[in-house]
Amino acid sequence: MADKIEAVFAGVDVGASRTKVAILDAGKNLIGHAVRKSGTDFTETAEICLASSLEMAGVSKEDIANCISTGYGRKNVPYSHDTKTEIGCHAKGCYHYFPMSMTVIDIGGQDNKVIKLDEHGRRVSFKMNRKCAAGTGAFLEEMAARLDIPLEEMDGLARKSENIVELGSYCTVFSGTEVLEKIRQGKKVPDIMKGLFLSVIKRVLEMDSLTERVVMTGGVVAHNPYLVNMVREITESEVLVPEYPQLTGAVGAALFAMETKG
Amino acid sequence: MSEEKKTTRKQIAAAKTLKKVMADHFYEMDNAVKTGSRKIAWCTSVGPAELLRGMGFLVYYPENHGAMLGATRMSTELIPFTNAIGYSPDICSYLTCDVGSYLQKKTPLTMAYNIESVPRPDVLVFNTNQCRDVQDWFAWYSRELDVPLVGVHTHRDIGDIREYQIKDIASQIEDLVPKLEEVTGEKFDMDRFKEAVGYSRRTSELWRACLEEAAAVPSPWTFFDATIHMAPAVVGRGTKEANDYYELLLPELKQRVKDGTAAVEGEKHRLYWEGMPVWGKLRPLSEQFYSLKACVVASTYCNSWIFDQLDPAEPFESMAVAYTELFIVRDEPYKEQYITDCYNKFKFDGIVFHDAKTCPNNSNNRYGMPERLSEKLGVPVLTINGDLCDLRCYSEEQAKTNIEAFIEQLEEG
Ligand code: SF4
Repeated sequence: MADKIEAVFAGVDVGASRTKVAILDAGKNLIGHAVRKSGTDFTETAEICLASSLEMAGVSKEDIANCISTGYGRKNVPYSHDTKTEIGCHAKGCYHYFPMSMTVIDIGGQDNKVIKLDEHGRRVSFKMNRKCAAGTGAFLEEMAARLDIPLEEMDGLARKSENIVELGSYCTVFSGTEVLEKIRQGKKVPDIMKGLFLSVIKRVLEMDSLTERVVMTGGVVAHNPYLVNMVREITESEVLVPEYPQLTGAVGAALFAMETKG
Repeated sequence: MSEEKKTTRKQIAAAKTLKKVMADHFYEMDNAVKTGSRKIAWCTSVGPAELLRGMGFLVYYPENHGAMLGATRMSTELIPFTNAIGYSPDICSYLTCDVGSYLQKKTPLTMAYNIESVPRPDVLVFNTNQCRDVQDWFAWYSRELDVPLVGVHTHRDIGDIREYQIKDIASQIEDLVPKLEEVTGEKFDMDRFKEAVGYSRRTSELWRACLEEAAAVPSPWTFFDATIHMAPAVVGRGTKEANDYYELLLPELKQRVKDGTAAVEGEKHRLYWEGMPVWGKLRPLSEQFYSLKACVVASTYCNSWIFDQLDPAEPFESMAVAYTELFIVRDEPYKEQYITDCYNKFKFDGIVFHDAKTCPNNSNNRYGMPERLSEKLGVPVLTINGDLCDLRCYSEEQAKTNIEAFIEQLEEG
């Protein structure tokens, strides 16, 4: 006879760009997860993501003791029991991995967050980027399209740069023109790519001051770890990254689910 | 899934009278234009309304019209027409939506009062007190309608108020008299002027008293209520009608305090709003705060119509004092002290700054004030990006998430 499965906790982060699900067991271990493009039907995507994370965890929907949803589409998850903001969930997720005071930098597909936590994990302040793609994943996607580069090659290209080409503008449209101008001047693609990474970092750093320790999360960081190296270099601070940076919000939501149940 | 609760608030009974006061205000002007019985002055929000009333003008406030255009969400459609004639989308959206309304011959007055258009001015009177935009705004109408333009140029960024500033403003106001006499064709009557100053003073005292009722815990009303009920203080400055309205509202608010009637049921958090209202989103914002058990108890904006320095014994000088002591013309240290005083009075536990894209003058978050005040008062602050009338500059989703996260932060303590 199979052992009785203990209750699990689900966190669903429906971002504007990607939907992430995390399943935690009672010991707060990440036992299942999934990431998928949010698309236009958030509810359906959240269902599909949940199904594949449950499968990975080897549990079924009935084993979920509590579920919290977060992110832009947090209200579109019929199976969730409550919602929390992505700011709260990222803070929670980061503090779980690094229980100390920190500044969280989350670079998402459509927005950025800078959240400051004290040593007890309480939020001291937070900022979200304004109504603009500058410094977000959307900016990099747009630029990759201009350069005709698949997204997954950006990181490798930027690493090859020997002579960074800095971009001056923060408007996505102006940057697009600037990139074309650099190509016309014969600048190398890796150097432009690194310049684009730097542009993202600058946008984030001007949102708020940083404290001693920085934790970086989000899909852009997950797929472009070279960004983290660059932030380390620029800020000369300790920059930590959780194992699955893209799942931090979902993990935070699952932790909230566990707390509110307990 | 959590859903925002529908509001089940106990309505403020005076609201019925408010509707009538506002309707009468517009009908009186509409009638005056049709019959030619009275002259109409257009006046900026801190223009010398008492003088205009004292000289027999009916007074129309384009900023109030801008707020109506914003609240009815007509503004966002109308602004582009003004942009197209060379007025930038980055300047005051009251200006751009109001001029757009003129160009397109569309006004919320039609829907609300069956009035075809705003009253045609006989004179345009500004005070640059809050910004230069008001002057440029009126100048456009002056050219378009061939109507005289007069005004007061205020000192700005004032720390300690100096005698020369008061003298200057007082004499600028006095200098308007002969120009206005030319429009009315009548001699200036000092007693009538003093009477208007007296009314304005009394209105201010009452309005202040109404706002201060929100110091009670729980608060009997919210900033969102006050943005509606302030209308008579704005358009009725210097009239008996405005006085009468607040004589009615104040006892009702006092009674609510006595009865423990909470504007936000189960009030858990008290907030201060710094900056302009987002006129087209008053209701959703008010409902969101309500559902989060957060009451916005006070604001710089609603306080800006308190002119209780006015003194009928010294009408010109006291108008100058009232207009010069005002928050918007003061320097940063004064503004921070002002909000600190409000903090002591209203006991709020967070401040929401509204960074209005087209109004730098009322967006006090741009020079580090939120950070300084947060540190000084030990309360968290939030800045939301938006605008007074141009909803193209407002992301509702982002604002909502920010507010929700801010309340979560307060709950974490
Ligand atoms: S203060 Fe701001 S909202 Fe008022 S008229 Fe000037 S720019 Fe417009």
